[in-house]
Amino acid sequence: MGNYHQFDVVVIGAGGAGLMAALYASKTASTAVLSKLYPTRSHTGTAQGGVGAALGNEGEDHPEWHTFDTVKGSDYLGDQDAIEFMCFEAVQAVYELEHYGLPFSRTPDGRIAQRPFGGHTNNVTGKPVSRACYAADRTGHMILQTLYQQCIKNHVNFYDEYQVLDMLIENGAAAGVIALELATGELHTFHAKAIIIATGGHGRIWEITSNAYTFTGDGPAIAMRRGIPLEDMEFFQFHPTGIYRLGILITEGVRGEGGILVNDKGERFMEKYAPKVKDLASRDVVSRAMYLEMREGRGIGGKRYLYLDMRPETVNKYAALDGRKRTDGSPYMVTGEELLSKLPDIVDFARTYLGVDPVAQPMPIQPTAHYAMGGIPTNKLGEVVIDEGNTVLPGLYAAGECACVSVHGANRLGTNSLLDLIVFGKYAGLQAAEFSRGASFQTLPSDPTDNIRQQLDLIRNSDGEEKAYTISNEMKAVMFDEVGVFRSQEGMQKALDKVHELQERLKHVRRPDQGKIFNTELINTWELGNLLDLAEITTVSALRRTESRGGHAREDFPSRDDANWLKHTLAWNKDGAISLGYKPVTITKYQPKERVY
Amino acid sequence: MQVTLKIFRYNPETDKKPHYAKYKLEAEPTDRVLDLLEYVKGNFDGTLSFRRSCAHGICGSDAMRINGRNRLACKMLVHELHSSKITVEPILGLAIIKDLIVDMEPFFANYRSVMPYFVNDEPAPKQERLQSPEDRERFDDTTKCILCACCTASCPSFWANDEYAGPAAIVAAHRFIFDSRDRAAAERLEILNQQFGVYRCHTIFNCTDACPREIQVTRAIGEVKRAIATGKID
Repeated sequence: MGNYHQFDVVVIGAGGAGLMAALYASKTASTAVLSKLYPTRSHTGTAQGGVGAALGNEGEDHPEWHTFDTVKGSDYLGDQDAIEFMCFEAVQAVYELEHYGLPFSRTPDGRIAQRPFGGHTNNVTGKPVSRACYAADRTGHMILQTLYQQCIKNHVNFYDEYQVLDMLIENGAAAGVIALELATGELHTFHAKAIIIATGGHGRIWEITSNAYTFTGDGPAIAMRRGIPLEDMEFFQFHPTGIYRLGILITEGVRGEGGILVNDKGERFMEKYAPKVKDLASRDVVSRAMYLEMREGRGIGGKRYLYLDMRPETVNKYAALDGRKRTDGSPYMVTGEELLSKLPDIVDFARTYLGVDPVAQPMPIQPTAHYAMGGIPTNKLGEVVIDEGNTVLPGLYAAGECACVSVHGANRLGTNSLLDLIVFGKYAGLQAAEFSRGASFQTLPSDPTDNIRQQLDLIRNSDGEEKAYTISNEMKAVMFDEVGVFRSQEGMQKALDKVHELQERLKHVRRPDQGKIFNTELINTWELGNLLDLAEITTVSALRRTESRGGHAREDFPSRDDANWLKHTLAWNKDGAISLGYKPVTITKYQPKERVY
Repeated sequence: MQVTLKIFRYNPETDKKPHYAKYKLEAEPTDRVLDLLEYVKGNFDGTLSFRRSCAHGICGSDAMRINGRNRLACKMLVHELHSSKITVEPILGLAIIKDLIVDMEPFFANYRSVMPYFVNDEPAPKQERLQSPEDRERFDDTTKCILCACCTASCPSFWANDEYAGPAAIVAAHRFIFDSRDRAAAERLEILNQQFGVYRCHTIFNCTDACPREIQVTRAIGEVKRAIATGKID
């Protein structure tokens, strides 16, 4: 067998979760990381505002509060045992990153600096608490760099620009993966005792998104085709502040530092929707409020955007009205210079892409498709579980955005994605290495690349008139309009019909690049197939859930319905036919109650 | 506005030598050059190959030569070019694999050569290691590097000899040398004091001009040179 490799543990994806997993797995097991990008290109690097942990460096805080806020943020769909585990592990995990050298910003006494973020509160007063540990507004960049650097230090094996296309499951256990080496077009077989899927999200389904071109849901799509269900796919987060028309993320940290959202009448409209925490409500709440404002004609100039205002005079005016204080008890006042030093990249993005200096002018923003709460079902140790009874698939792990533990439930809190990566990446790595010690390699089929060669040949030999570019644009438009912030039966059915049409049309794309070397057209077309399949399963899951919860807001079913829907969706795609099942939510300490901010 | 995009094309599987292909298309002044490349790939020629991912200047995938200067295609807007003629070519000094894609391995090998990772073997405290805001600020500029290679591929010394570590690798070393928590500065300075280290830098400033993160690259290299010369890190 040509191009055959053997490792105890194979990690797919080199973002925060994949690198953390690799760092831990490689301590005791032979480990390879396969990534379609150079690791430092991974999307973790674009995370800005901070990683959540109740260090209490800038005001009283407790992991219990973090746990409750996350449960509430999830609209009670998160599994409380897993949430508690993550929030208690958070503190040590952040110290560990610091010990790896991560250059956090610092408080005057030299500790890790922290800032407020949406949905994170002092559980006694209900006021915002500073829980987001940050490195200016490039926290994700620093996490990605630091973990990659530690992997270099620890001689982790990297296969950069290897696109994973298929996964092999033999005798009910993980057996290996198939990857295409982009530089040569050769297929490689990686025989493994344990596989960790850490491929990130799939926000490229939607027209306006903060997500990278390469965020195409490869891991969930591959898993789905191998019979693994996907959990809670109807829950996708729309971040309130994307740059108008481009969707580029403007961190919630802007509001953490005192920025506010403003409508066409100059009103700070979040006061109406979240009287206590206002602009720092959960993301689903804020995005819905923005849509309602725009629907009532209060978008700027009647258009589909609003303003995010972080001019010092605005920040100081509203901080005074809110009675906001610094940790030393003095009134909260900022200067343009301070905002520049805390949010330098935001200032750069606004100048580059909007032509706006945010210290002098407000920024035009709109909600942007941002984060998948749903994904490959796992337990809190990162083991993939494949049915209503949480049966573990031996040797298969998933972590990060592609996974659904579920710690984010129906809506993720800001800063909890970076936390998810480091906590569950670490445990997936540890578990996979431990598993591989006691396991043997599964026997591979005689021609392990046969399945994927057939898939690729279908694309390569296509000779139709369709352009993948057009299909992609049509998918994004209908999904953004109909399976976005607000949804309805009629709209979602329209989207589903369209997705089915596009899946059919994708079989008739024009003849693509026939070469072997960096055939990006072939790969992009395959990726588009992933996005369409995930758009389909998202919409089917969403149509069935006849309630509103977190990121899934239905005009025709505006209330949360705990009696019928306090449960996780599982969706299988068996040869194109989607079937749904459900499993209970784990509730330990916090009984569901009405969610107000 | 109508723009003419002239793109360097080379496919080693079909072309004997490189050539330029011209595409005329409609563009908004606020379009990114990357948007135009995507449009050409999606509508005119799917074989056009380039790297891209985040599309907003953070991942560092799409460094290329745009009208002769190293830029990220996702951070260069059409109106900033002040011309309707846009020429896009691969960055220099690294072997061309296909179209705008170059071999990044020598670049990353140089990066790895300078110990680009935190070293401190003293027992870590239970909580964070303390660092004053001033000490943190000392190396802030060089933490911004995204390893896009705009700087290194603009450096005549690197073009002349790719064994020269190059600006990006020195920036990476600087980030750790000036971090008050790190303990391996002496080893890194020793590496950069060798034949292919900092003294290949002739202060041409191309790197500083090229950096999409506005890192003061030449200054960082100067600080490393001074640390080697004086044996002091300040």
